Amino acid sequence: MTIIEAQDLRKTYRSRSGDVHALDGLSLSVPEGTVKGLLGPNGAGKTTAVKVLNTLLRPDSGTATVAGVDVLRDPEGVRRVIGASGQYAAVDEHLTGRENLEMVGRLYHLGGSTAKGRAQELLEQFDLVDAGDRPVKGFSGGMRRRIDLACALVNNPQILFLDEPTTGLDPRSRLGLWEVIKTLVGEGTTVLLTTQYLEEADYLADDISVIDHGTVIADGTADELKAQVGGHRVVVTLVDAGQSGAAREVLRRHGTDDVQADSAGRTLSVPVDGGPQTLQQVLAALGEAGVELHDAGMRRPTLDDVFLTLTGREQADDTDVDVKESA
Amino acid sequence: MSTQTAPAPAARPTAPGSGMGTWASDVWTVTWRNLIKFRRNPEMLLFAVLQPIMFVLLFSQVYAGSIQIEGGDYTNYLMAGIFGQTVLFGSTFSGFQMAQDLKEGMIDRFRTLPMHDSAVLFGRTNADLALNAISMVIMMLTGLAVGWRFTDGWVSFLGGVAILLVFSYAFSWVMTLLGIIVPTPEVINNASFMILFPLTFISNAFVQTDTLPRVLEVIANWNPISALVQAARELFGNTGDAPTPDTWPMQNPVVTVIVGSILLMVIFVPLAVNRFRQASSR
Repeated sequence: MTIIEAQDLRKTYRSRSGDVHALDGLSLSVPEGTVKGLLGPNGAGKTTAVKVLNTLLRPDSGTATVAGVDVLRDPEGVRRVIGASGQYAAVDEHLTGRENLEMVGRLYHLGGSTAKGRAQELLEQFDLVDAGDRPVKGFSGGMRRRIDLACALVNNPQILFLDEPTTGLDPRSRLGLWEVIKTLVGEGTTVLLTTQYLEEADYLADDISVIDHGTVIADGTADELKAQVGGHRVVVTLVDAGQSGAAREVLRRHGTDDVQADSAGRTLSVPVDGGPQTLQQVLAALGEAGVELHDAGMRRPTLDDVFLTLTGREQADDTDVDVKESA
Repeated sequence: MSTQTAPAPAARPTAPGSGMGTWASDVWTVTWRNLIKFRRNPEMLLFAVLQPIMFVLLFSQVYAGSIQIEGGDYTNYLMAGIFGQTVLFGSTFSGFQMAQDLKEGMIDRFRTLPMHDSAVLFGRTNADLALNAISMVIMMLTGLAVGWRFTDGWVSFLGGVAILLVFSYAFSWVMTLLGIIVPTPEVINNASFMILFPLTFISNAFVQTDTLPRVLEVIANWNPISALVQAARELFGNTGDAPTPDTWPMQNPVVTVIVGSILLMVIFVPLAVNRFRQASSR
């Protein structure tokens, strides 16, 4: 059963440099009990889409329902069954973890004693009992995200919106949070997740929608998306970037599509048809051409390749530029 | 991490999000949160507690020797002016904190909850009223220590306190709206000082307006802050023999302040609530 449905959402911001189409006809559909990953560069419209669905923003046009409730007609009805956590929807730094949870519980109108009890349960569940009575100000990044996520779970939501839940976390905290999210999903919660981390979408999401310029440009499971990009790739890393011209020529001859290079021009890759024999042929040809290699190998395409192929640019590091580009 | 624990059964909210009962409860919850923040934020308490003490001491000790009040004592005359200035500046907290909450994403958290939108604003202004009341008590104690006396009895005195607080509450709604509109909290601080300093100094807060140059005198006699200070001053019995300027608000300061405060609320409460519904994080 579809639990989140968005049809042709549009939202335009006026800015000095012209109109920015944050959402340009975005449509989405998420089946109950699954995790949908929204993947896209900064400024692509991921956060705007989530904000429309969790009632923070009104779209200029389009329709959306969450758990069968119309987002525009009954935002309060939506708010009762969702939880939101992430970039926005902060916790209060001056309040303790417990106070934050109790406040949220009271604002869900659970009543004082239920709110207190629920706060205690969540502190236990998120391993924050010891820190729970200290102001959040002193929390580590990972603890802060946990309390933030806990605040989103006070009402046992059917649907959880996570906007870049692990951005800025160290790898260990990230893994910890992933486990928490996995557990929630195992218990039947539907999750809409935005992320810039391809491995995060790969690990958590059942289905991924790649978003760019305010619209969905590709849909599918991680494997389906990877399959769109092709089969195996040969990847080589050069000792000297000056030889990239020669290397590129060799790869082009053996590949089935364009050669891609990283920004430094030292790591090149190309999709190929064959297996390890193709790698041997490429290496032999590179040897004949006198190209020196640091590293060479074959790999399956990653979501990075998907991204590059679909949007024509690399993930991240393009904060403001994209907003202007999409204007 | 003990995330394997079974989820709490049926913690789902049952009460509907409408009705006066849940509204009052939401307002109280947000007020409570804002009061805790005051307690945990030493800078803010310092501002609310030490600054009034400093003003009372500075003005009463520095100017009392050189400013003459007809038939009265400058310290007595001054206090209503300081009270007026403090509640006016105290109200800027509402704007600053609102802008801060928007910036930090707290407002977005509130807006994903099935609570009453307006409760966020009432919780804001309520907490700031409490802070202003605390400032006022401290100022009054300091004033009493340096020789200030109210001379028209307790009823009149409490009337003076009430009128200052009513005005501060109404004015904090103006600042709350500003806090929703401005791009950053700092803008509120800078802009309010640019506006509020002239507003308090071109008034009867610290001097008799007939000592001002003619143009400023006219402005001062129509300045709403003058009416506020005049109202408090009369109720505390601190006017001495200083003549009351011949403008309607100065002749009827209590009515002016009460009507003015009601007008501010009638205009700015709906404006702020409406604007708040559209606001989101920045």
